[in-house]
Formats: sequence, structure tokens, C-alpha cells
Amino acid sequence: MNFYALIAQLIELVAALLLAPLLVGWVNQCRAWLQNRTAPPLLQTYFTLHKLFRKEVLLAHNASPLFRAAPYAIFACMALASAIVPTLSTNLILAPAADAIAFVGLFALARVFIALAGMDVGTSFGSLGSRREMLIGFLAEPALLMVFFTASLISHSTSLSSIVQTLTRTDLIIYPSLAFAGTAFTMVSLAENARVPVDNPTTHLELTMIHEAMILEYSGRHLALIEWAASLKLFAYSCLGIALFVPFGISATALPTDLLLAASCMLIKLAIGGFVLALIETLSAKMRIFRAPEFLGTAFLLAVLAMLVHLLLETGR
Amino acid sequence: MTPAIILSDALGGQLINLCAAIMLLLGFAMLAQRRILSLINLFMLQGAVLFTSTVIVAYTTHQSHLYWSAGLTLSLKVIALPYILHRLIRKLSVKWDVETILNIPTTMLVGIALVVVAFNVAQPISQLSGTIMRATIGIALACVLLSFLMMITRSKAVPQVIAFLAMENGLFFAATSATYGMPMVVELGIALDVMVGMVIFGVFFFQIRQQFDSLDIRHMERIKEE
Repeated sequence: MNFYALIAQLIELVAALLLAPLLVGWVNQCRAWLQNRTAPPLLQTYFTLHKLFRKEVLLAHNASPLFRAAPYAIFACMALASAIVPTLSTNLILAPAADAIAFVGLFALARVFIALAGMDVGTSFGSLGSRREMLIGFLAEPALLMVFFTASLISHSTSLSSIVQTLTRTDLIIYPSLAFAGTAFTMVSLAENARVPVDNPTTHLELTMIHEAMILEYSGRHLALIEWAASLKLFAYSCLGIALFVPFGISATALPTDLLLAASCMLIKLAIGGFVLALIETLSAKMRIFRAPEFLGTAFLLAVLAMLVHLLLETGR
Repeated sequence: MTPAIILSDALGGQLINLCAAIMLLLGFAMLAQRRILSLINLFMLQGAVLFTSTVIVAYTTHQSHLYWSAGLTLSLKVIALPYILHRLIRKLSVKWDVETILNIPTTMLVGIALVVVAFNVAQPISQLSGTIMRATIGIALACVLLSFLMMITRSKAVPQVIAFLAMENGLFFAATSATYGMPMVVELGIALDVMVGMVIFGVFFFQIRQQFDSLDIRHMERIKEE
């Protein structure tokens, strides 16, 4: 059994690493279709990564070792995060390594590194981006935690694996609280992944950038690692959303046949999820930065409401 | 009782809970909404959810008179009232009236406090009630209170009227969840009241705007008898 868990873990990690750029490519393609533009090729993100890995790294004169270490730290955080999320099977070797709260901590660690790296060289845009990122982060984290608490209240555990196991095992119980939590989670993940209502991932206008402003100074393989980590983050969030709110198809065992079924389910769900993300991005306009606290405050309130609704409607059974 | 009916009861109860949660979500969405056009659409959506939940209650409890009130909800709150409101704001050309007395995040915080109060107040009532959807009484009460809050915090006439109508939604939901709905005569009367009220409000809007060149209710405070 343990052997299967190891295999499942490895497959999941490799799948995350390989599929994450594809997901970004798919979202970009859907976005281009919806906006009546010619779409870039589906594999464009791989080409960009390949190009960046071959290019020379240029460092600022005053860059500290932290600046050079940050991309590796961020990439490691994101890789571990996407390995913990139960996408294919809930029987994973690394599952006991971190529960939902530590999961949020992993993202926070990556955020601290990228913010420090943004400020390291001392350009004004870098520190501007870092400060904005921290503002968004400190508002998004409590909301994300509340979403996890709601899910934990339902399954009486903070371990992601057992949460997903509880949600998949029970035969069709509708949890109204998850409707609220799902809305809150969507809003948080839009903000966390630098997506349109909060930040524009494709912008080149410095005054409105958040994520892009922090990584302006990076080049070569460092930039490639950061871009890859960003796509891994999007992948981890998408898989987390799928695991928490539409978990059908994730297998509790790690047998090969179950994994195959789970993988096909996951691909379909990711394709739909990517399309929905592109749809949201097309339909909404970017907010002013000072609107972001209101947006994330709403997400937090919805997550609190989810807990209240759970306590009212679902504990009486 | 056959197992099939028990199953359908349990499922029905869950679906009703889901509807209740969506009603509350829409209540908050209306509270946070700045644009009148979206406000009307949200109101329409709330009516649709109310209709769905009433139909589910009618189906699971075999109360045939609830079908009538569901039909009433559909024709009045999903079709007629939003249509009238859309026409009104087109005539008044107020599509993006955005003025609240409290700012939106504060309003939402107050809203959360109201929800906690409503849930606590409704706890003893729902223990007395014997219907399958007794847990939703708290949510219905919260919807009513949220609409109240919206009426208080909006300064323009049209959002206040929408809040009033949303409050009626909440009351209707409360009635259905506590006692499987009011007698048909009462319901018909209320529906007629709401309809007539809407027409009168419509006339009032034009009067207010003619008098003050604005739909801001605060101007009314300055009216004095000469």
C-alpha cells in the first residue's frame, strides 16, 4: 500500500510540474478566443520557459545572495504545495507533512521571499510591487484560512487528505456552507494568483502591476523559475478548488486503475476550470488597487458566513 | 413510508438548505452592490431561488397550495416586478446611482452581526416548528434584517424600494419555512399589495424627481409646511 502511495505521490508531483504551464497556456488561449484575438499556441508557456532557461542571468551590482536564492525557495515552496494537494488520490506519502494551515504558511513563505527579492535591488517599482503584494496577501490569508476552517469543521480534520476523503466518500450530502466557501475561495484565488480583478498578469504598464513589478529585475533561469512557480501556484489553487468543491473522481486508494480514472476526471475539470477563469477575467475589469481591500474583505465575510451557515444548518443532523 | 420517499425527503431538505444559503448569499450581494441595474438582476435571482425552494417544499411535503404561491412568486417577483423596475430606471435614466450612507465594508460587517443575531433569535423558534425546513428560519430572518439594513443605508429611492421588495421575499421565505406558507387568501392579498405598492412607488419616483431634480431621499427631510 505504501509503495502505491509513493508512486501516486511521484505521479502527482510530475503531473503538477508538467501540467502547470499547460494550464496557463490553456487559460491564455481561452482568454484570447473570448476576446476575439488570435490565440498563442497552447504550448507557448513551455517555449518561453525553454528560452529563459537558455538565456544568461544578469544581476544588478548590488544584488544580495537572497536575490539569487529567492527563485529556488519560491519554486520549492510551490512544488511542495502542489505535491500536498490531493489531485489524483488522497493516499499520499507527503500528506502528513503539512495540513491546511501549514499549506497557507507555505504560500506565505513564498510570498515573503518574493517580496524581499522585489525590494532587494532597491528599484522603486520593485518595492512598490512588494508592498502591494503584502497588502493583498495579508487580506487574502485570513479569508483562505476561514475557507479551510469551514471545510475542516465539516470533516473534523485539518489534514487536506482527510478533508477531501470525507467530501468524496459521503454519498450526496449538499453542504450549503460550501457554496459560500467556494465563492470566497474563488475571490481569494483570483487575488492570490494576480488575476484580472486585482492584478493583470499580462500587463506592461508599470503603475498597475503587482506581481510583474516585483520580478522586473529577474532574468534568465531565475525568471524562468519564478514564472514556473507562478504557474504551479495557479495549478495548486485550481486543484485545491477542485478537491474541495467538486471532489468527485479523486480516488481514496492509489491503485493504477483508480489513478487513471482520477487523472482523466482531473484533466476535464481543469480544462473547465481554466475556461471559467478566462471567462471571469474577460467579463470583469481590473479594480483600482484601493478597491482590493473591499474585494478581499467581502471574501473574508463570505468565508465567515460559511462557518455560521455550517453551524446553523449542518450540525443539527 | 417507503424508503424512496424518505430519501426524497432528506434530499429535499438538503436542497432547501442550499436554496436558503443562496438566498442569504444574494442578500449579501445586494447589500454590497453599487449599481441599480445589477441590484434588480440580483432581486430577480432571489425571486427565482425563492420560487425553486417553494416548489421543492411543495413537492416533498405534498402541499398543493404551495404550488400556487410558487407560481405567484414566479409571475410576480421574477417576471413582473423586475420588468417594471427595469422600465422605471430606463425612464428615470438612473442606471448607476451609487450612494450609500455607510461605506460598503462597514455595512457588510454590520450585516454579519445581524446574521449572528438572527441565527440566535431563530434558534428557539425553529425548535418549536415541526416542518422539514425549520433550520432555515434563521436564514429567512437574516434575509429580512439584511433588507432592513439595506433600506436604512441607501439614500436613493430606487434601491430602497428594491430593499423593501427583498424584505417581502425574506418574509415569504420565513412563512414557508415556519408553517408551510400562509393561507392562500393572505398570500394573494400580500401579492396584490406588493404589486399596487410598486405602481404607487413608480408614480412617487417621478413626483420626487420632478420636485427635487434627484431621487435622493434626504431632500425630503427639508420639506416643511409653509
